Amino acid sequence: MTTQALPLAQPQTSFWSRLGNARRYIMIATVIGILLLITVLIGRVENTVADIVASFIATTITFATPLTLGALSGLYCERSGVVNIAIEGMMLGSCFFGFIAAGYFKGLGLPDQTALWLGVLIAMFSGLLFAALHAVLSIRFKVNQIISGTVINILAVGLTGYLNRQLFFQQGAHQLQSAGTLSRMPIPLLSDLPLIGGVFNQPPITYLALILVIVTQFVIFKTVWGLRTRAVGEHPRAADTVGINVYKMRYANVLIGGAIAGLAGAFFTLQSVGAFEPGMTAGRGFIALAALIFGNWSPVGAFAAALLFASAQAFQINLQFYSALVPPELDFLKKSQIVGMLPYVLTMVALTGIVGRTTAPAEDGIPYEKGE
Amino acid sequence: MAKATVVIPPSAPKPNRFSGLGQKILVPILAVFTALVIGGLIILISGGNPLEAYRGLIEGAFGTTKAISETFIWATPYIFAGLAVAIAFKGGLFNIGAEGQLALGALAAAWLGYGLPRMLDTTIPAIIHVPLVVIGGALAGGLWGAIPGWLKARTGAHEVINTIMMNYIALGLVSFLLNGPMKDPSPTNVIARTPSIAETAHIGTIFANPALRVHWGTLLALIVAFLIWWLLWKTTVGFEIRTVGTSSGAARYAGINVGRTIVLTMFLSGGLAGLAGAVEVAGLNYRHELSFALGYGFDAIAIALLGRTHPFGVVLASILFGAMRSGATRMQFLTQIPVDIISVVQALILLFVAADEIIRYVYRIRAPKEEVIMTRGWGG
Repeated sequence: MTTQALPLAQPQTSFWSRLGNARRYIMIATVIGILLLITVLIGRVENTVADIVASFIATTITFATPLTLGALSGLYCERSGVVNIAIEGMMLGSCFFGFIAAGYFKGLGLPDQTALWLGVLIAMFSGLLFAALHAVLSIRFKVNQIISGTVINILAVGLTGYLNRQLFFQQGAHQLQSAGTLSRMPIPLLSDLPLIGGVFNQPPITYLALILVIVTQFVIFKTVWGLRTRAVGEHPRAADTVGINVYKMRYANVLIGGAIAGLAGAFFTLQSVGAFEPGMTAGRGFIALAALIFGNWSPVGAFAAALLFASAQAFQINLQFYSALVPPELDFLKKSQIVGMLPYVLTMVALTGIVGRTTAPAEDGIPYEKGE
Repeated sequence: MAKATVVIPPSAPKPNRFSGLGQKILVPILAVFTALVIGGLIILISGGNPLEAYRGLIEGAFGTTKAISETFIWATPYIFAGLAVAIAFKGGLFNIGAEGQLALGALAAAWLGYGLPRMLDTTIPAIIHVPLVVIGGALAGGLWGAIPGWLKARTGAHEVINTIMMNYIALGLVSFLLNGPMKDPSPTNVIARTPSIAETAHIGTIFANPALRVHWGTLLALIVAFLIWWLLWKTTVGFEIRTVGTSSGAARYAGINVGRTIVLTMFLSGGLAGLAGAVEVAGLNYRHELSFALGYGFDAIAIALLGRTHPFGVVLASILFGAMRSGATRMQFLTQIPVDIISVVQALILLFVAADEIIRYVYRIRAPKEEVIMTRGWGG
């Protein structure tokens, strides 16, 4: 099936290859460790090591939130056999509609936080609608799923850009108030912990992301629903034979994925920024997809990969902050574009199989034709 | 590389009113029509007048000779980039990386245009300089495209995710170079752009009238479209590309070097995208600027599919998309309807071309479906 798939690392020879999937986590931990170390070495002139580490971890968790949610969104789709490269579009569309909804509810006189929560719900619902389009196209009409995803990505860019300008930036346009952002919810005791306290002093969508990682890990691998989902993704005909409704499982999982992508979208306008800008998801959906593949289609693996990509972002921000302290021979680290390439290069390295082969669900992307 | 035909075989092929070519272009035409109708509804709902909008669009695209010239200016990079995606489709590959390949092609062309004469400290005669810039840009895009091809052939890593990743790497690289080593050093410049290329690197305009900016690069695009058709259907290499695209297993049995063909296809594909960038630099902008290359990648996918992945179809689809882009500015000027509506219409066109069952159902067309073969899933 593969074209000359010669694994780069010869199996069963070296110690490295015998580590199997653990290689991935070792690589992730090493890279995060190195990035953190460089940050500490540069920043310790101005701040205590503990402060630098604590802020690095908190920033990483914040950046990891949309990536984690996006990856989980893709996970439900792809485990059931529907490829989702439309995470980006679903996130962009839902972050726009969630933002409008929050502003609308604020206009009705609701308190800011209530309006924001309703906005989150609308964002999830619009993610679900985009997913419904993807599901109908790829399950009912059996459109090539990568093309269907591309349709949604283009549609989301066009629709949000058009509506944003047409509704709010024309003569006599509507005035939309921003309801601000969701407030932080520090968890008593845990938020006072040294170093990792920042993880427990976050706005709610971050907590939801962390909870969803654990819930998804349990649902996919320990429940009947998860077993059926994996069955229709790996061998739909066998699943059909034992009475599982392949189409129903796929529809349900794609819709769940859409709602989660909507939550990821809500992160941008309702938790992070408090305003909408065209194209504000800036490719995070594609990085989330890369995290899913890097993490080998497992929730915990995808979360680890999301942390890796987020730490590269945190590293970038920290270097900008400590820009004056960067020694001249490491000047290239100040070029945010160069450091910013790190996640993409790492993803490509991961795909070569050096850090353990990635294995997609067997029937991912292949429409199911019910036989007679 | 999981492949299959995205088709339901015709149960009973009946003789049809629309045969041959007419049949081939009927569904795309209806797809465009339906997309325009739905786009009009969106304009209507959001408080605009769709008829006025579309009148502005057509006027801006074909109303004057200048408008027609601008339409072809837009269509030129679309033809190259659309061919790039189309040839990859023919080889069973999905190149989402046209955007990055195009940007690198433009960057290389710009450097050959301004940097090389400075480095050699001489003026290069135009007869050498122009081909050098154009071919250099194509090579840069080709090599960038060949990397995901090589990774696929060597390790089975999927080209979709790798071309997306390489788009972002290219964007970072271009942004770094345009803000740093390659930035236009003139004291008034605050934008991320290269210096102007030497006059000897300019592709000339076709008409003497300075209002008509259409240049010889447009003719080159048409010639290249013909060459790609010739390559795909009249040469052994083209046969190998199409065979690998249809069934890599069968190709291997037939003794075709599948890995090499994949790398070659991606090289050609990237090279065509690089040409798009190079011709934009040498024929239109005379420099490269960060914002110039944005958005072509996805447009190219829509164009390749609308053109049924056939070089001549790509040319027609490019002219249509070029007309929409050039007309949109006029539409926004006349009716205040944001140009972004064009992206919505283009997404809808892509939707109806991809899901042509919807079109067939709505318009009750009972014709055999055409086979479209392409990569799906993540393979492995």
